Formats: sequence, structure tokens, C-alpha cells
Amino acid sequence: MSAPASPSLRRTPLFGCHQAAGARLVGFAGWEMPVHYQGARAEHIAVREACGIFDVSHMGQIETSGPQAQALLQRLLSNDLTAISFGVGPDGGQGTGGAQYSVLCREDGGVLDDLFTYRLDSERYLTVTNAANHGRDLHWFRAHAREFPQAQVSDLIEDYAMLAVQGPRARELVQAISDSPLPRRMTASRRRLAGAEALVCGTGYTGEDGVELLCAPEDAPLLWDEIVRRGAVPAGLAARDTLRLEACYCLYGNELSLERGPIEAGLGWCCREHTGFIGATAVAATREAGPAEMLVAFALQEAGIARAGNPVLGGGEVTSGTLSPSLRRGIGMAYVPVARAAVGTRLEIDVRGKMRAAVIEQKPLYRKAS
Amino acid sequence: MAEASYPEDLLYHPEHDWARVEGEQATLGITWFAQDALGEVVFFEPPAVGTSVAKDAAYTEVESVKAVSDVIAPLSGEIVEVNGALAENPQAINEDPYGDGWLVRVRLSDPSEREALMDAASYVSSLAS
Repeated sequence: MSAPASPSLRRTPLFGCHQAAGARLVGFAGWEMPVHYQGARAEHIAVREACGIFDVSHMGQIETSGPQAQALLQRLLSNDLTAISFGVGPDGGQGTGGAQYSVLCREDGGVLDDLFTYRLDSERYLTVTNAANHGRDLHWFRAHAREFPQAQVSDLIEDYAMLAVQGPRARELVQAISDSPLPRRMTASRRRLAGAEALVCGTGYTGEDGVELLCAPEDAPLLWDEIVRRGAVPAGLAARDTLRLEACYCLYGNELSLERGPIEAGLGWCCREHTGFIGATAVAATREAGPAEMLVAFALQEAGIARAGNPVLGGGEVTSGTLSPSLRRGIGMAYVPVARAAVGTRLEIDVRGKMRAAVIEQKPLYRKAS
Repeated sequence: MAEASYPEDLLYHPEHDWARVEGEQATLGITWFAQDALGEVVFFEPPAVGTSVAKDAAYTEVESVKAVSDVIAPLSGEIVEVNGALAENPQAINEDPYGDGWLVRVRLSDPSEREALMDAASYVSSLAS
């Protein structure tokens, strides 16, 4: 049974909204967060079929600014920062910047975090960190900023609340309270939403269309209530996890860790070694030689649910597993030896002493109907 | 069921399990508190008929969206019947934990063990502490 939430946990500005909506709150990465409201399955289906809203205010924000901001981020992040565009929007006023996914590596290629970076201005970027890694990321950013005296690193975790509005109806619901058209997928721009200033980002972690909203903490409850009133279903961490797993997005601490590199995790697409980021040499070597193990997605061929830590027969380990509410089968991701990582390969997973048959499937396991 | 309930005709184990003792047999399940803490149960595979269960030891598992939880036997005995309907409808454990959500039926090996269990009032006060 889950332990009661500790009084030392931090609360987001939406804590009162969660209580009012009947959330079950649990400790997560030092924060007291909603794991579900009325039921995780219904919340999951709401995101797949209509619209769900998540409080992700536990995530951290680091702003990097100044003439050397891009150079510093190019050194830290695995992707090519020069590819993130910035331009004045069609309305001539608000600028629209690109969004980019990357990993933060150590010299040996081990992954410190996976992050989205948004370009806010020509010399200003906002990077969103995982809650559990924020302090370490910030320390890493600041330590390396010493080599870039014209780059400033600021911790903005106290300045922002963050909401994810996801699902086929998400844009329509947020558009209804926006002062101008929402930025497209993989771009971000400032808007006034129900009168409140917000950074609207065309990103998410569910495999659905939608937006993520960054706003001042004091404006978050108003935005939450407005979007819920228009039909978004409050959704908790449990649904967020089943949604991201169907979409085969990595979760730091499960698929990603200091012990493995991005190539093994299937994240080679967001690594541009020519930029010379920290860890590029190690990543290039793994890419060249080929990794020993690869992260695969699987579906069980029988009843049961594989879970993180379950061994794969013949080598390898499950990193995440759940019952897929959309597919109604046990699904998950696992690291397996590269010789047995092809789509269609049969796996036997030791689920607490019971052998369960699974098959490696194409990623993502769930793809929205288009 | 949305409202907490702890029927008076059941005996309770501190690990949030109940037993309905009828002569030399007992039906076992998890309490309202347990299913509420778990959230939606998505999978239950019953143990085999004929398996022995020992008081205070895990005899099966229930799986919610997020986690697997052991189920502790409130009494010792041998499983004589399992709730096969839960394979298709594990959510009965949430919806009706003392009725359709029963887990197994056992032939008791030591009926005097029941004296160590709590009645509903004691169990409810243990939850408050």
C-alpha cells in the first residue's frame, strides 16, 4: 500500500485544484502530485479521444541567455542548437521560436537528463528539466557556463507553473481562450490565455496533439479552471505514464540513466556529434561500433503485465511496463542484446517467476489515427 | 464503490485483507482501504486450487495501473476455489471488494487463527491511527 504523502513534499500552485477534483496525491520526485483523479484508465482514454490536462509544474526550467547562450547550449545539449529557428510571428508582434528535444550527457556518454529546449528570443532559451534531475542539471549548466562568460544561466523553477493540455481536442480548447492563433507543433510563442500571459509550446508527452503551457504560478489555477470548464479532463501521473509508454517516449530513471548512452536508448536522432557536445566522442564511438544492447518496445502475447526490472530470458531487462489501456495488452520497453532486438523477435520475460511470451514491436506501440 | 465500507460480519488482517469464515472454510479478499490505495486493479491471476496459504504470508498479487502488490493471507489453509471471473473483470475488486471482488476460498488448517484477527470496529480504528 502506498505510504501517505510526507509533509516535507513541495506543492505546486495547482494543489488546491487537485484536491477539489478529488485527486489521490502521492510523493513524486519530492513533490506532492496527483497520481489519478477518478480513474487512470478513463483519464488515459480522455486524452486519446478528446482532451486531458496535466499539472507538470514539478518540472524545472533553466533559462540560458546572452551572446554566448547558443554556444553554451551547443556544448551541453546533444542536438544542434543552431537548428532551432526564431522569427517574428505572422501577427508581427510575438516572436515564435522552435522547440528541440535533446539529451544532456556526461563525458562518457551517460545520460544526465532528457530535455526540451525552446527558443524564446534570438539570444534566450528555456530548457525544461525533469523534476528529479533539476538540481543536478542546474549545477552542470552553471559549472560549464564558466567557460562561456557571456552566457547567463538562471534557475526559473520558482517562476513557472506548467500545464500540459493533450488530446485531439486540446488545441481547440486552448485556442478558445487565446488572443491569437496557437503556435504550431514543435514551436513556442507567448500568448494571452484568458487574460494571463503564457508561453504556449506545441509539445507533449502523450503521442497526441496538444500544447504545454508555461505561466506565472499565480495564474495557473485560473488557466486550469478555464480549460477544465471547457471540457479537459484532469489527468494524473498514472495516465501520463501509460500514455507516454504507448507512444514509446523514454522516462528518465527507467529508460535513461548515467549507465547507458543515447544510442542504446534509440535517441541517436537527437545527437549531432559534429557540434562537439560533452559526450560526443563517446556517443560517436558507440554509434560507430554499434551498441551491445538496444531499447525495444514489446507487447505481451498472453495475459499479464511485465514491470520495470523484470529480466528478459537470454539477457536484458524491462525498463517500463504496464497494461496498455488503448491496446488492452501488457506492453513495455526493455533493453535486449542487439542480436535479438529486431522487430518480430519473440522474448520470454520473467515476470516474478512466471515466464511470459512477448514480441518486439515497431515503435511507437500506439499511433494516433490521422 | 466510492464510499468506504467495512462489513461487520468479516474479520480483518492489518495488511488490509478480509476473511469471511463459514465453518471450516473462509473466503478471502482485500479491503476497501486496500483497493482505494491501489487504484484501478487491471490484472489478477488467481493462484492454483490446491495451493497452501500461510497466515501473514503473501499468497497472490493484484496489479493496479502503477504497481504490483502482494496480498497477505489472513488465515492458513488450502485453496479450494478461486474467483475465475476476475480474469475478465479485475475491476470487480474495486467495485465490490467484499462481493464479486472476492479472491479465493480456503479450507482452514487452523480455525483458531481467527482469534488473532480484528473485527470491523478495530480495523477501522487501526486505519485512523
